[in-house]
Amino acid sequence: MSNLLKYDDFLDYDEATGTYSMPQEQRVRDEAERNRWKEIGLSVLRDWRLYLMLVPMVLVYVLWRYMPMTELLAAFKDPNSAAAVEDQTWVGLTNFVSLFFGKTAADFWGAFRNTFIIAFYGLLFGFPFPIILALFFNEIRSNVTRSIAQVCVYLPKFMSTVIITTLAIVLFRGSGMGVISKALVAMFGTDSAIGSAANSPYGMIFTERYFRGIYQITGIWEHGGYDSIVFFAAVIAVSPTSYEAAQIDGAGKMQQMRYVVIPSILSTVVIMLIMKVGTLLSVGYEKVYLMMNTYNEPAAQIVATLSNKWSTPEGSSGGGNQTLGIAAEMVNNLIGMILVIGANTVARKATDVSLY
Amino acid sequence: MKRKMETSELIFKIVAYVFIIVFALMCVYPFIYALSCSFSSAANVQEGKVVLWPLAPHGLAYKYVLTDNRFWVSYANTLFMAAVGTIWCMIYTLMGAYALSKKRLLGRHGWNFFLVFTMWFSAGIVPQYLNYSTTGEILAKLGGGEYADMDQKWLIILAMGMNATNVILLRNSFEGVPAEIEEAARIDGATEMQILTKVYIPMSKATIATVALFFGISRWNGYFWAMRMMPNQKYSWPVQVYIRNFIDLYSGLVNAPDEYSIWGEGIQVERGFDTSVLGVLSVVYAMVICAVIPILCIYPFIQKYFAKGVNMGGVKE
Repeated sequence: MSNLLKYDDFLDYDEATGTYSMPQEQRVRDEAERNRWKEIGLSVLRDWRLYLMLVPMVLVYVLWRYMPMTELLAAFKDPNSAAAVEDQTWVGLTNFVSLFFGKTAADFWGAFRNTFIIAFYGLLFGFPFPIILALFFNEIRSNVTRSIAQVCVYLPKFMSTVIITTLAIVLFRGSGMGVISKALVAMFGTDSAIGSAANSPYGMIFTERYFRGIYQITGIWEHGGYDSIVFFAAVIAVSPTSYEAAQIDGAGKMQQMRYVVIPSILSTVVIMLIMKVGTLLSVGYEKVYLMMNTYNEPAAQIVATLSNKWSTPEGSSGGGNQTLGIAAEMVNNLIGMILVIGANTVARKATDVSLY
Repeated sequence: MKRKMETSELIFKIVAYVFIIVFALMCVYPFIYALSCSFSSAANVQEGKVVLWPLAPHGLAYKYVLTDNRFWVSYANTLFMAAVGTIWCMIYTLMGAYALSKKRLLGRHGWNFFLVFTMWFSAGIVPQYLNYSTTGEILAKLGGGEYADMDQKWLIILAMGMNATNVILLRNSFEGVPAEIEEAARIDGATEMQILTKVYIPMSKATIATVALFFGISRWNGYFWAMRMMPNQKYSWPVQVYIRNFIDLYSGLVNAPDEYSIWGEGIQVERGFDTSVLGVLSVVYAMVICAVIPILCIYPFIQKYFAKGVNMGGVKE
């Protein structure tokens, strides 16, 4: 009895019978602790509003992001039968074999190569630019000047692909009539490779030789300023005392950059680099689509646009068809996914920071 | 020693200023060029004589665009799709991000993976196209008509524009709200929805502004799927599709070298414009300027938020 009295404050004492009993709430809580799943079930019931809030988003993603993936099954079915995809016979990897080695092999590998080259150049030239820009922004001490410059350099990011490609096309316009083509013709003459490309009827964008270069230049123009935001935040986070310490030790500007700034922003750089590697094969198809005509197609056609072309009646004349298009882009996207997961694993191991 | 330090710093500063000023000018120049060209006369634009200022200025290009009914129909379509589409995306993204930010959400890691997986792997253009077609047919049936006759604005509003990065940005911002505030609201008897609207949304204004800007801009700028899903429903086109179609048909910039000299004279003469004064390229530039103006109006106000909102948004430490 005296033992029990110690627990007086949380046990219920029934005066009529003179007995102690567990309070109802405590019993429910004990029961729940003993049975974890029951607790979870109760929490779901208690928080049903929270789960209800998740429903619209999940529905949207299932309907329009996951449902399309079921269409990928068509890649393993017989494209020549007239039946609906569900009723076609399974043909295993036949479609992939004909994609890699058949009539369409040259188109596919050409597109795959273009995708990779465009992505790789994007990494090589597009990645260092925002870092340099961020380092330079840090040199501008006047807030007003810097803000004005930032407003200007972020601007192209918010323009549509149609506007960006239109402006690029007119600036490099053919017959040496765009502002840039005109300057190039004046500088190099019409006999040089660059000059004759600038002087060609459609201009440099629509030549096989210069498409990639202009694609990268417009890419830097479009994303360079905006991408510098992350690096700029890392650069201004470097504490002023580090600079002072380096200055007292007699470090010049370049040495400060090398020994103070670069080490401090290195982790950001590594993360962003890994992220870029991960998205290597997801080249923006909209821009390529808008910057392509029959003249630069050999250099511009990427897997996504090729797949799109094969799915249209007029584009399937070269032996491609919708099924092969699905298969081609599936290969591309699977490799892309492996790159993302690999990059993320490397990031986690190397820097203890993971992106997802 | 001191002298040498100052020199290297000075050189670096000069290089930095020159580099940034040149790049900033490069970023703005094409728009100034487009503006000048839209006011210049046909011959000057066509021969590429305009560099910075309008030559032989006139406002006919804008008169042409202002009286082009189909341009404004597509403009209104874009406004409608951008406004309704952004609201729709924001509703489910806000609610979903709020739910995902809660530690007590059952299967939280699973839900996050569900979301992030769409960033890793996409089915591709053709499967997406087949899926959207089916959706479009269902929507058309719901509306009581055939796919080909229906305007597919609702398909674009409902089915497109989702972006896992935006959900993650919002989720991270919601995770930063102190749990005590939520507890206090709960004790006062607030429901989940009230907590979201009265506590979380006012406390994450910067990120919400950023995310809404991203949704709105991607809606305003969308081209490919609108073009792909409604090639023939010309009165449902957004303005981007209309502009590109105009360029393809009349300007000779991308296609049809044989018609290079025509410059779309047909349509201008038909509408009573003097083709020796108004070139078709000026019309293109005027359309570009008209399509860019709404973004230019909103952008400076939200610009200050997104530097804060975007920073390392997707990174989990």
